Amino acid sequence: MAKTLFDKVWDQHVVKANDDGSVLLYIDRHLVHEVTSPQAFEGLRLAGRKPWRVSAAVATPDHNVPTIDRARGIEDPISRIQVEALAANCKEFGITEFGMDDIRQGVVHVVGPEQGLTLPGMTVVCGDSHTATHGAFGAIAMGIGTSEVEHVLATQCLIQKKPKVMRISVEGELPAGITGKDIVLYIIGKIGTAGGTGYAIEFAGSAIRALSMEGRMSVCNMAIEAGARCGMIAVDDVTLDYVKGRPFAPTGEQCGVAEAVWRELHSDSDAKFDHEIVLDAADIAPQVSWGTSPEMVLPVSASIPDTADARDATQKQGWSRALEYMGLEAGTAIEAIRVDKVFIGSCTNGRIEDFREAAKVATGYRMAASVKLTMVVPGSGLVKKQAEEEGLDRVFIAAGFEWREPGCSMCLAMNADRLESGERCASTSNRNFEGRQGAGGRTHLVSPAMAAAAAIKGHFVDVRNWKFR
Amino acid sequence: MQAFTTMKGLVAPLDRANVDTDAIIPKQFLKSIKRTGYGPFLFDEWRYEDVGQPEMDCTNRPLRSEFLLNQPRYQGATVLLARENFGCGSSREHAPWALLDYGFRCIIAPSFADIFYNNCFKNVILPIVLDGRIMDALFAECTATEGYSLGIDLQAQRVVTPSREGFSFDVDAFRKQCLLNGLDDIDLTLQESAVIQSYETRRKSEAPWLF
Repeated sequence: MAKTLFDKVWDQHVVKANDDGSVLLYIDRHLVHEVTSPQAFEGLRLAGRKPWRVSAAVATPDHNVPTIDRARGIEDPISRIQVEALAANCKEFGITEFGMDDIRQGVVHVVGPEQGLTLPGMTVVCGDSHTATHGAFGAIAMGIGTSEVEHVLATQCLIQKKPKVMRISVEGELPAGITGKDIVLYIIGKIGTAGGTGYAIEFAGSAIRALSMEGRMSVCNMAIEAGARCGMIAVDDVTLDYVKGRPFAPTGEQCGVAEAVWRELHSDSDAKFDHEIVLDAADIAPQVSWGTSPEMVLPVSASIPDTADARDATQKQGWSRALEYMGLEAGTAIEAIRVDKVFIGSCTNGRIEDFREAAKVATGYRMAASVKLTMVVPGSGLVKKQAEEEGLDRVFIAAGFEWREPGCSMCLAMNADRLESGERCASTSNRNFEGRQGAGGRTHLVSPAMAAAAAIKGHFVDVRNWKFR
Repeated sequence: MQAFTTMKGLVAPLDRANVDTDAIIPKQFLKSIKRTGYGPFLFDEWRYEDVGQPEMDCTNRPLRSEFLLNQPRYQGATVLLARENFGCGSSREHAPWALLDYGFRCIIAPSFADIFYNNCFKNVILPIVLDGRIMDALFAECTATEGYSLGIDLQAQRVVTPSREGFSFDVDAFRKQCLLNGLDDIDLTLQESAVIQSYETRRKSEAPWLF
């Protein structure tokens, strides 16, 4: 029978099918960070359990780590205890950890693929909703809660019901200046933040195939913002080229065997999906979110919507709250919105290609005087090193941006990097919820190039018209 | 694990769609390494005028009087009425921990975000999905009637209003059994150890690079 990509990976991981339709699903890779794991390790200790297979788990601290003055350690004692707890738990249970002083440390969803810990056809979990990122490798990658972190540590399995499968195809050539981030924001704008609830989404079509792995990861990363259990993209040469030679990727004879298996990781041509959406790449413009939900997003050329145009009472209420929180008025052109701070980084856009895109825009320019701070935060120590070898750090510094140490940083502001109340930010992160980047902070989600352009001009501009220097 | 069988409790109606887990429990409280103590910080930014910090004493913090949970009539609520896509966003289990620590045992909404829904069961909170029109009626009744309470019977899969009107709800059979009997699903999975081991043996030969 014809199978979807999701079916193929799912079926390979069913340990046992239960009578009620649920399955015991085997988990190949478990990524661990400091925020959602301490209670799980404590649970193991209290129950006297040991991890089932320690080699499946790899940990790195990312949410709480400072992005400046690493040598000074973590000043906030509560954050420090959490990061120290991760190190102690990994040591106690024998789990590999890339600690704060390790060049491999970084945002867990940047580190996994970079190290080859994420491989095609795997099941990958992490106590973090943006685990969806790893689906870019033709993997089933799901965010889980702390109880399930404990479950996976103890059993290497999860009890799961198979979700429905939706295919979203983006066909045609992607216009210049449009990135994976714009594609996924556009999709979320179309289907809404609950549009993917109960589904695994396969992203397909020629525009998706034309993306680099970095671009594909940005797309899958935000599948969760569409409400989906996970996002996936079929394996092709781009995937295999990326994986080859990574530290944890198979080598020698195994490499050839694995590649043959991985090449099968695509939906069969006659596979049936529970839902299909086809979009035209030519319709996608640079996206800017204007509200407090990722579905409140528009092309940069648009204006802030009027609540009178909402489709129903629920949307009207949501829009009107969002406008008030964001301090925006209907009819204001997005290009007229001025920003106070800019954040370039995160598990969505913290990879080398993202910094290259941002640097291309920033080259030869200075940050607008009205912008208080532009923070550029690499996704890992290795991304930082690579960027510095390419001289990107010098471009950012010359533009007046700050070049920081790797971590989640102001995507969710658990460390010292945050917005003050009322501050407005162009951010390459994934969530524009109320208070996400700091209590009272106002977030606009954009691509790295759009963020850099906003930093230079002090307000949003259409990067398609940028005069590169 | 504790069991969940039946309950009757005061209802608080949170009339807002797409309530995300950042709103349920803001990130600064995620620095704790415990499972308890989050109740005072539930909906922190909506509930208080100031910005909360972990471990702070909330007794004298300035309240936003208009917020639902600050209204005298909803003190002691154990059932939360919510709108579409409740619990979207981050996978943080601190969200159900905060709801539970505050006192909520049951959340009723027309839809939930996947990860949050799952996290509720792990913490003996029953998330119930009811049709949008029934939800509208419950919101209206609850708002109009001080002291409005609902009865929940998990075995019978029924929500019962004060006027004895009943609504059925669906719940996954496995999750229902776990809640009714207070079963620990890690224990249940470990009963399958031999099956897991034989799966691993097979996969090691098929795909050795995974191990």
